[in-house]
Amino acid sequence: MASARHDGPSTPRVLLMGARRAGKSSIQKVVFHKMSPHETLFLEPTNKLVKNDIANSSFVQFEVWDFPGHVDTTSAAVKPELTFGGCSALVWVIDAQDDHAEALARLQATIGTAYRINPSIVFEVLVHKVDSFSEDQRIECQRELQAHLSEELTAARLQHVKVNFHLTSIYDHSVFEAFSKVVQQLIPQLPTLESLLDILVASCRIEKAFLFDVVSKIYIATDSSLVDMQSYELCADMIDVVIDVSCIYGLGEGADDGTGSTASNCVITLNNGTALFLREMNRSLALVCILKESVMQQQGLLEYNCASFRKALGELFRLPNQPK
Amino acid sequence: MLQKVLLMGKSGAGKTSMRSIIFANYLARDTMRLGATIDVEHSHVRFLGNLVLNLWDCGGQEAFMENYFESQRDHIFRNVQVLIYVFDIESRELTKDIEYYGSCLAAMRQNSKSAKIFCLVHKMDLVPDEQREQVFRQRERELQAVASRLELEISCFKTSIWDETLYRAWSQMVHALIPNRDSLQTHLDKLCAVCQADEVVLFERATFLVICDAVRAAHEDVHRHEKISNIIKQFKLSCSKTQAQFATMQVRNARYSAFIEGFTSTTYAMVIVSDASIQPATTLINIEASRAHFESLIAQLKL
Repeated sequence: MASARHDGPSTPRVLLMGARRAGKSSIQKVVFHKMSPHETLFLEPTNKLVKNDIANSSFVQFEVWDFPGHVDTTSAAVKPELTFGGCSALVWVIDAQDDHAEALARLQATIGTAYRINPSIVFEVLVHKVDSFSEDQRIECQRELQAHLSEELTAARLQHVKVNFHLTSIYDHSVFEAFSKVVQQLIPQLPTLESLLDILVASCRIEKAFLFDVVSKIYIATDSSLVDMQSYELCADMIDVVIDVSCIYGLGEGADDGTGSTASNCVITLNNGTALFLREMNRSLALVCILKESVMQQQGLLEYNCASFRKALGELFRLPNQPK
Repeated sequence: MLQKVLLMGKSGAGKTSMRSIIFANYLARDTMRLGATIDVEHSHVRFLGNLVLNLWDCGGQEAFMENYFESQRDHIFRNVQVLIYVFDIESRELTKDIEYYGSCLAAMRQNSKSAKIFCLVHKMDLVPDEQREQVFRQRERELQAVASRLELEISCFKTSIWDETLYRAWSQMVHALIPNRDSLQTHLDKLCAVCQADEVVLFERATFLVICDAVRAAHEDVHRHEKISNIIKQFKLSCSKTQAQFATMQVRNARYSAFIEGFTSTTYAMVIVSDASIQPATTLINIEASRAHFESLIAQLKL
C-alpha cells in the first residue's frame, strides 16, 4: 500500500489525464493559478509530465500531475506502479466537441490498469468544453458517454468501478464546482466539516453555507442542503470582490501582524431581501453564507456562532494562523 | 440636455465592444460575439438622470469612412460635443489609420471646432507589460503631432477591455460632459471631512463610472477607483444572473472599512474609513443624512 512506503505523510495526488488538446493544462491553470480563461488559448501543449504542488492551506494540500496527452497512460513509460500507487483521484478530461471513441477506449484501458494497481482510486470524468452546447445537448452528451463507458467496463469485467461524470467549461464556474467535488474526497475530515456546517446553518437560520478555499475558489465543504449552481457562483464571485477590494485598501503597514487579523468580513445585500455574509476563517479559508436580510438583524448571534465554528475548525485541523 | 458623441476608428478597433461594456452591461468576453457595425448605429444613453448621451457608433470599414468624409460630412460632424477616436494598437496599416484620423480631425475643425477630442489607444493588453508605456508614448506623440498641425487639442488614453483602463478613460471623457462638476466636488469634499473618511467616491448608477471623488488620505494606487468600478460592475452582473440586484456592501478588515451604497437615484457612493474608532453605524447615518442634499445637487447639474 502507498502508506507503507517511507515518504512521510504523503500529500494526496490528483492525476489529470486525457487526449491531446482536451484542455487539461487549461483547467489546471484556470482553477489553481488564477489564469483568466481567454488567456489559455495561448498555452503551449504539455510535452512532459508537469507536477504541481497545491498547498494553499492545511486543508487543501495535494499534488496535481498534468500528463501530456500523447503519452500512453497504460504503458510502462509512465511507471504505472508509482503513478497510480500513491494516487487518490484520477481526473480524465474528454473534449465534448471532439470525437469520443478513442478517448473512451484509452480511458477504459487506463481505468483497468489503475484499478488493478490501486483499487481505492477515485475516477472522475470531466466532459469538457460544453460551453457551446445547449442544456439538452449537454445532458445527451454525458448520457451517451456514460452508457458507452459502462458498456466497455462491463466487457472488461470492471462494472463495479464507480466513475463520476461532470459537465465542465473553463468559461463558467462548472469546472470549479467539479474540482470541489474531487478535492472534497481527498479530505478525511469532510463528514465532520459537513456536520459542523449543518449545526451552524440550523442555529443561525442560514439558507446555505459554503466553506471556500479562497485562492482556488473551490469549496471544501457545504451543509447538506442541495447546492444550486447559481448560489455557488454568486458566493465565488463575492470572494473575488472581497479580495480585490481588500487588495486595494486593506494592505500596508499594520495589516499583517501574523495573527490572522487581516481577515476580511463582508456583508452584501441584494434588493430581493437576500444577504451574503463572508467571514475569512484564516488566510486561506472563508465561510460564505446566504441568508435572509431579516436574519442579519441578529448579527451578534451570527458573529458568535461563526467564532464557535472557527474554533471548531481550529481544533479539527490546528490552523497555523490562529492567534494563540 | 442632449450631447452628441462620435465614436470613430478603423473597423475592428473595438468601438462597439467598449460601448457595450460600459453602457450595455456586457462582460468583456461576451464582446467576441459582436459583429461589425454597419454604417452608423445611434444609441441614446441616459446618464446621471437628465444628461443624455447621443452616441454615434460609426462603422469603420473603408467604404463607410469615405462616405463620412464626403457625402455625409455635414450630417456626421456637425454639433459634435465629443469625438472619441479609437486606435487598434495591433493595426498593420498605421499610415492609413493616421490618414483617416487626420481627415476626421479636419472635418471636426470645420464643423465642430469646440468639441473635446479623445484618442484611445486600444487593445493594450496585447502589448507586453514592460513595453506598454513606451509604445503608448510613441503613439501619443504621433497623434499629438497631427492634431497640433490643425491647431486642435486632444487627450490620449491607453485602454483595454480586460482591465480598469477602460473605466479610467471613459470616466475622464464623461467628466468633460458634466457641467458644474466643481460644485459637486466641493460638497463631496465636505461630506468626506464630516465622515472623517479617507475617501468618498461617487459612481454613476448604471455604468459605475467615477463621477467625482474626494480624497483626504493619500493612497499609492492612483487607478484604484476605476478598479473598484470594474470590480463592482462585474459583481453587479453576477447578481443580476440570480434575478436580484446588487444593493449594498460593507467590507472590513483590521485596516479599513468600505461602504458601498445606493446614494441618490442616479449614483452609488463608496466611503472608505480607516479610523477604527469610528463606528460603522455613524458612517451609515452620515451617508443617509447627506442623501437628500446630494439628490437636489445632482438634479441641479442639468442646467
